[in-house]
Amino acid sequence: MVFDTLSERLEKFGSSLKSRGRISPEDLDRALGDVRAALLEADVELGVVRGFLTAVKERLGGDVLSRSLTPGQQVIKAVHEQLIEVLGSSPLKITYASKPPTVILLAGLQGAGKTTTAAKLANWFKAQGRQPFLVAADLQRPAAVEQLRVLGSQIGVDVFSELANPVEVARRGVAEATRLGRDVVIIDTAGRLSIDAALMAEVGDISATTTPHYTFLVIDSSTGQDAVATAKTFHDTLELSGVIVTKLDYDSRGGAVLSAQGVIGRPVVFASTGEKMSEFDLFHPDRMASRILGMGDVMSLIEEAERNMDADVLADTASRMMSGVFTLDDFMSQMNQVRKMGSMGGLMRLMPGVTKEMRQAADNVDEKQLDQVAAIVSSMTKEERRNPTIINGSRRTRIAHGSGTTVPAVNQLLNQFTQMQKMMKQMAGGNMPNVPGLGKMAQLAARGAAARGGDLSSMEGLEAALARRPGAIVAPTSGGPKNKKKKGGRVTPPKNR
Amino acid sequence: MIALVVVATVALLFAAFIAVRRRQTRVARESLPSTRAAMPSVLVHDIAARPDLDALDETLGSRLSSSRSVFDRVRSLGTGTLTQEQLDTVEEVLLRSDVGLPTTTSIVELLRRDGAPEGVAAAVRSALRSSLTSASRELSTAVEAGRVPVWLFVGVNGVGKTTTIGKIATRRVAAGSKVVLAAGDTFRAAAAEQLSLWGERSGADVVRANEGADPSSVVHDAVERAFARGADLVLADTAGRRHTSSNLLDELSKVRRVADRAPGQVTETLMVLDATTGQNALAQAREFLAAAQVTGIVLTKLDGTARGGIVVAIEHGLGIPVKLIGIGEGPEDLVVFDPDSFVDALLEA
Repeated sequence: MVFDTLSERLEKFGSSLKSRGRISPEDLDRALGDVRAALLEADVELGVVRGFLTAVKERLGGDVLSRSLTPGQQVIKAVHEQLIEVLGSSPLKITYASKPPTVILLAGLQGAGKTTTAAKLANWFKAQGRQPFLVAADLQRPAAVEQLRVLGSQIGVDVFSELANPVEVARRGVAEATRLGRDVVIIDTAGRLSIDAALMAEVGDISATTTPHYTFLVIDSSTGQDAVATAKTFHDTLELSGVIVTKLDYDSRGGAVLSAQGVIGRPVVFASTGEKMSEFDLFHPDRMASRILGMGDVMSLIEEAERNMDADVLADTASRMMSGVFTLDDFMSQMNQVRKMGSMGGLMRLMPGVTKEMRQAADNVDEKQLDQVAAIVSSMTKEERRNPTIINGSRRTRIAHGSGTTVPAVNQLLNQFTQMQKMMKQMAGGNMPNVPGLGKMAQLAARGAAARGGDLSSMEGLEAALARRPGAIVAPTSGGPKNKKKKGGRVTPPKNR
Repeated sequence: MIALVVVATVALLFAAFIAVRRRQTRVARESLPSTRAAMPSVLVHDIAARPDLDALDETLGSRLSSSRSVFDRVRSLGTGTLTQEQLDTVEEVLLRSDVGLPTTTSIVELLRRDGAPEGVAAAVRSALRSSLTSASRELSTAVEAGRVPVWLFVGVNGVGKTTTIGKIATRRVAAGSKVVLAAGDTFRAAAAEQLSLWGERSGADVVRANEGADPSSVVHDAVERAFARGADLVLADTAGRRHTSSNLLDELSKVRRVADRAPGQVTETLMVLDATTGQNALAQAREFLAAAQVTGIVLTKLDGTARGGIVVAIEHGLGIPVKLIGIGEGPEDLVVFDPDSFVDALLEA
């Protein structure tokens, strides 16, 4: 993911300055240069990048840097806050016209995914309990109408089209929807170039004729610098109410999101994240910001843990971890808790810093393999479980026999367990264990701490950072982090004292 | 495997630990007032006009020539060292053409080191020109005796694969070739209809199957039919696919393997690329190259405001030549790529 680069750069920057009390203007310039590079690599338009950096500098204006004991973290904090600001600004809430139907017009370049989006949007409204109606006004591309008809029949939504000019089709489509008593009409238009004056005038006519309540620009998430020019021209012609980003699944580049928003000042309203009709939902700026922070999924993971684990076991675990005691019995009970939470693959997906290979490996872990681990531990005596150092060669052979596994498997488990114990000791001592996998997770969480001006070096800082995350205080819901304090779902981190 | 379980368990433990601590501190934190940071209002930007490199030379030239001797006037044609301002302008022009940061940086460094003896615009032109690959841009139909050449079209969704095939078919048929189209996009609704309409328009034969059919079998059937009827060329469409999905890339590899089996022979695998695509195109090219041995790029939608600068990075980094470019809606608007005019268009203000 492209924002990984940004996160990584910031992380590097943060660690290089962590110990320093003062930050020189050169340091700052270098850091902002890195941010610039990361944004450009993410296809954010140059002008928007400049605006972003100016805003970050403004945030750092005055004596913020000189007053702070941790100036490096102040910089990171400013960058993150600005990201959340840009992504989370003025989210659009869909309201329905008091006199139905609510008319929605889709426009965009060729190949942005308008037709598919029209169907997905209809499907979304259907899921909201509405009665959508599709109007195929793309008479340009061969078989575009046919495509919408097929998609319409897949999702059970009627599609209107006829052989006329697009403006007339749109007008009659809306009239037909009104006659049929449908409450949402989605008009698909032909892809057009922003410099094609005739076609732009045509879509302007469609808009004037049907007076849509919402006009969305459909934009491909992998669009480069051109995104702004496109967005601006369409905005000038149509007065856009928002943007729909498609193909966000490719590798989740968000550059076009920032660019379009930066130029037209309109939010991304929906995002399409896959080929299936259902892979389409409201765009959550807070979640996107969390992804950039690289810790949104940690929140889900923690909430998942809270929901599924026994409170007693949790409390017990925490106290044991704090005291640095960790036995194979603890490991077993934890593993059982983990298994309650669902499949390994699913859980690994929630963890940040997990590589693709690890995820695939986790997907391949089946219950049998977990049973095997359980069998190995169960084949040990109480004494062995309490103190695995006494397990010598003959005991290993016995355990392998007893569990129906092999000595190497037993060895491996014991080695891993020893490492795990070390980590636990480190954690109890207030240090971040520096182990691949877990280490990454800790780093990511710690980076969040840095973002909010927290202390990177201790468990307390990490935990405080998580608690300070927007929505972290709110009782867990399945919907991910939410901020109930503010209306409109605007997500801005509470400022640190 | 065990290692993975352990890592997962530890990580979850860690999560559980935080969960507990959060629960403990929740009450205390809930009473904290939250203040919002003051928001700078820089969200809406204007798009600045793109600077013109030629203008850069003119101002420099006129500045020098107005005040100096003949000797200086000769020097004013170019410059030994560029000012930071000039370098910044060059950088801006390249970045805004989607050339990408690494390539841009290397060109700027080159200019910083060598200066621009022939003028800034010329120096940038030649740097860009030498970044482009020297590989052949010819489209090949050379096959072993008794086989039919197949051109396979690949790419992500919405780049214009089907349309490109339609245009090539129209031109080839008009030039007297017998062309068979394989509707290998069995995923997108009505993709086969779209290709069939192109078939009707162009007079090419279309082989299609039902939606959801195996694309390899469609391509196989098309090759068989082309062979049986003595056709000159098979143009095989494929469904747009993410370059990040290994399953879909495997499927594509299979389509290519099947198409390359006698009597078919894949002579070109063309990756269709939308000119508006940004830095992501490099990743696309890399994956498609690995999965389907891409031999060339068709850069579509160059008639818009996008400049398609990313192909410089693709040609430079991966050595895949751009073979065709789409500069308009009609079949005649799909033209052979000319590096010189491309570079000129890239740098035009």
